[in-house]
Amino acid sequence: MKTKKIREFVTKYILRIPEEGTSPERYKALRRNIIILMILVTVIPLSLMATINYYQYQKNLRDEIINPLNVLTNKTKRSFELFLEERLSTVRFITSAYSYAELSDEKVMNRILGVLKKEFEGFVDLALLDSDGNLVNYAGPYSFPGKNYSQQTWFQEVLIKGAHISDVFLGYRKFPHISIATYNLSGDGQSWILRSTIDTKKFDALLAMMELEPECDAFLINSKGILQTNSRFYGRILETCSLPVPLGGHGTYVSEIEDREGREIFVAYSYFFEPDFTLVVAKPSSLILKTWFTFRTEIFFIYTASVLLIILLVYKLTDVQVSHIKEADEKRELAFRELEHSQKLSSIGRLAAGVAHEINNPLAIISQKAGFMKDLITSGSDFKEKPKFIELTDSILKSTDRCSTITHRLLGFARRMEIEYEDLDLNDVLKEVISFLEKEALHRNINIDLKLDDNLERISSDRGQLQQVFLNILSNAFAAVEDNGNILIQTKDEDDEKVGVYIKDDGCGMSEKDLENIFEPFFTTKKGYGTGLGLPITYGIIKKMGGSIKVESQLGKGSTFMIFLPKFRKKMLEV
Amino acid sequence: MNDISVLIVDDEEELAAVIAERLEFRGIKAQTALDGETALRIIESDPPNIVLLDLMMPGMSGLEILKKINSFKLNIPIILLTGYGSKEMTLEGMNLGAFDYIMKPCDFDVLVTKIQEALED
Repeated sequence: MKTKKIREFVTKYILRIPEEGTSPERYKALRRNIIILMILVTVIPLSLMATINYYQYQKNLRDEIINPLNVLTNKTKRSFELFLEERLSTVRFITSAYSYAELSDEKVMNRILGVLKKEFEGFVDLALLDSDGNLVNYAGPYSFPGKNYSQQTWFQEVLIKGAHISDVFLGYRKFPHISIATYNLSGDGQSWILRSTIDTKKFDALLAMMELEPECDAFLINSKGILQTNSRFYGRILETCSLPVPLGGHGTYVSEIEDREGREIFVAYSYFFEPDFTLVVAKPSSLILKTWFTFRTEIFFIYTASVLLIILLVYKLTDVQVSHIKEADEKRELAFRELEHSQKLSSIGRLAAGVAHEINNPLAIISQKAGFMKDLITSGSDFKEKPKFIELTDSILKSTDRCSTITHRLLGFARRMEIEYEDLDLNDVLKEVISFLEKEALHRNINIDLKLDDNLERISSDRGQLQQVFLNILSNAFAAVEDNGNILIQTKDEDDEKVGVYIKDDGCGMSEKDLENIFEPFFTTKKGYGTGLGLPITYGIIKKMGGSIKVESQLGKGSTFMIFLPKFRKKMLEV
Repeated sequence: MNDISVLIVDDEEELAAVIAERLEFRGIKAQTALDGETALRIIESDPPNIVLLDLMMPGMSGLEILKKINSFKLNIPIILLTGYGSKEMTLEGMNLGAFDYIMKPCDFDVLVTKIQEALED
């Protein structure tokens, strides 16, 4: 009960399908609902799949992009660290390998610087400081005799940590440099600091080794965010970096940010252990995600094409489906109507038979008595009203004749027809029927044109019933045509299963409304003398024989009756 | 035709009576019987020259009466009174030796002609 109610509710209020009938609205609604349903069922999974693919691919691609960037950044950072460590070790080695006295010797210092410049890239000068920060010896292009460094932060740091690598600074010749200083305490209590200046050309070389695309950028910043190398997009050396990079940390990270110009970029940053530098590599997302955009475009096109194809197919299929349903509905409706008609005919038939039987006897009595009255009057002596009486009895007799014609027809209509099949030539049957009507045709000068197919196959049917059928239709045709009218009778093979008989007249024709009713019992257009039974009987007989009848008619132009009869005995319409 | 007698067998009393009266008026003696038993009794006791027999009757049917009459072997011609739509019964009656049949409601002159034909035969 509940499910039925739910279904009713869904049909009525959600799908809004009219419940009954074969109205166009019903099929429109049906078509609409099937289309919506089919599109939903196909497009939802497709969309889900496309979305999942989209995100999965995006994630994979990102991983694939981020990892190499991470590795590259990390490797380059290692190169930087190695470079700096190497320089630091060298300075530390010199500091501890030579004694204070040796290092104080200008010649020795110059020799060491010469070797360093030969063996290592970037060394600019060497300076020896005593533990109070006084410059003791110097080898290099500049000379600072008597300078004291004790107040500088790096000096304090060297004293505490034993070594120091400075941030980049511009030297006197405006080249970027870093300085490396190491502290040594000899066994005899003598302590000194050796400080070397190294230019940072090597930094640029290391960054260049990354072989980045022109749209990319790589640079070093210190712990305050000051650029230690030139950057392509984010400032010159010793300026503050305009890219917001989190300062201080460990390891290597990649994040996606937007720079000040609004470019979407991937930024990899790797923190140095010593000194406090950060290597930053920036790659615009657009460059990295070129493949991603290609994929996205492809997936969009494939998705759109698929959806369009689905919609097209769904439309076509639904059209076919709905027209099938419509056809089936119409067939069912037709079968139902025919059944209804047959049932109506048979029940009217039973009623008619009963009435006819009951009326037939009183009618016979009236007829006999009136006849007897006439006999008596005719043979009796003359009296004043004699002619009038004869006229009256004649009139009664005529009326009873008419009544009996009707009852005969009613009985004929109701009669249970057992079809007696025999092998017959339809042309012969037609000729027989025409012979009945020949006199009338001659009298009214009606032209009967016969176009009988000589090669017409013989059929299995009931001669008597067929005679009645053709007689009914031809009588109607005779009634319809004026004197001098034309009637065409044609037979032909329709197909393997049936033959056709066409009876065409150029008589008065029928209106569409009449045409709808001609097979209804008691419907007649012959005012006064039609029983309205001829065509229903004809229809019943043809149906029982498994044939069909069609009528075309135009008011004022004539009618064509088309009768199709099966060549072989068929299972009859059960009623 | 004065010495001719006709037996009309029909369950419709008034119809049988009016036919009898009309025949009498034309100078033909006529009796009526409303059922099979009466008819057979009359035929046995006072055989008529001709029998008009209705096929559709309650009780003993026309065909049964026809068979009984045949069994008397009196050689009386029988004209069947038939209703429309009892073609099969009529055919059977004809096969059983009825002289002719006439459909109800019948034209009286036709009936008289058939009676004469039956007697001349």
